[in-house]
Amino acid sequence: MDWQGQKLAEQLMQIMLLSFAVIAFASGYIMASFQMMILIYAAGVVLTTLLTVPNWPFFNRHPLTWLDPSEVEKHPKPQPSANVTQKKKPVKK
Amino acid sequence: MHSFGYRANALLTFAVTILAFMCAMASLSDNFNSPTPSAQVQVLNINWFQKQPHGNDEVSMTLNISADLQSLFTWNTKQVFVFLAAEYETPKHSLNQISLWDGIIPSKEHAKFWIHTSNKYRFIDQGSNLRGKEYNLTMHWHVMPKTGKMFADKIVMPGYRLPQEYR
Repeated sequence: MDWQGQKLAEQLMQIMLLSFAVIAFASGYIMASFQMMILIYAAGVVLTTLLTVPNWPFFNRHPLTWLDPSEVEKHPKPQPSANVTQKKKPVKK
Repeated sequence: MHSFGYRANALLTFAVTILAFMCAMASLSDNFNSPTPSAQVQVLNINWFQKQPHGNDEVSMTLNISADLQSLFTWNTKQVFVFLAAEYETPKHSLNQISLWDGIIPSKEHAKFWIHTSNKYRFIDQGSNLRGKEYNLTMHWHVMPKTGKMFADKIVMPGYRLPQEYR
C-alpha cells in the first residue's frame, strides 16, 4: 500500500464506521430495537473491514518512483577526502 | 496503516470505541422516557395469623396483585425485576420491609399482569408487633437495561391493616 493509499484507507475506515454508527443508532432508536442497532453496526464493521484492511489495488495507484540504480554510478557518493582524517604532521624542513 | 495487521488493529480499536459510545448514548436515551406505571393490590384474605412458639408474629395472606408496568420498557430494557414489600413502623425500627412476592418481567408484553397468590415469602415480624398494625404495601421495581444505568422506583399503597387478634 502506498502513502496515499494509507491515508485513503484510514479516512475511509473512520468515515465509514462513524456513518454506520449514526445509521445504526438512529434506526435502532426509531424501530425501538437494540438488536437492530447491533446488527446494522456489525454489518458496517464487517463491510469496513473488507474494504479497508486488505491491500486492494486501488490503494496502490500512486507508487513511489525510485531513481534508477544506474544513477548511482552517474552521481557517486562523495568520498571523504583522505587528508581530512589524518593528523597533520609537523612539517620538517 | 502500512500493514494488514496495523490496519486491522486500528479498525478494531476504533470500532469498539464507537460501540462503547453508542451504548452510552443508548443508556442516556432512557432519560427521555417518563414512565407512568400503575399498581393495585387487594388483600383478599388473611389465611392465618399467629404467634410462633419463640415469639415472632407470622401472617399468611392471599393477595390479588395487578400492575401495568409497560411504560417502564424502552428499547434499552432487558427486563424488570418487581417485588411487593410490606412496610411498617415498630417502636424499635422506623422502617421494616418484608418482601412478600417478587417476579421478573422479561418483556413489554408481560408487563401488564394480574396475579392471585398467597404470599410467596413468609411475612414474619422480628417480634410481636403485627396485631392491629397498619402497613403499606409497596411495589418496588428495578429496570435492568441492556447497557448502562439501572433505574429503580416504587409505588406506595398505604392504608392496610392487620387484624387485632390471632386467628
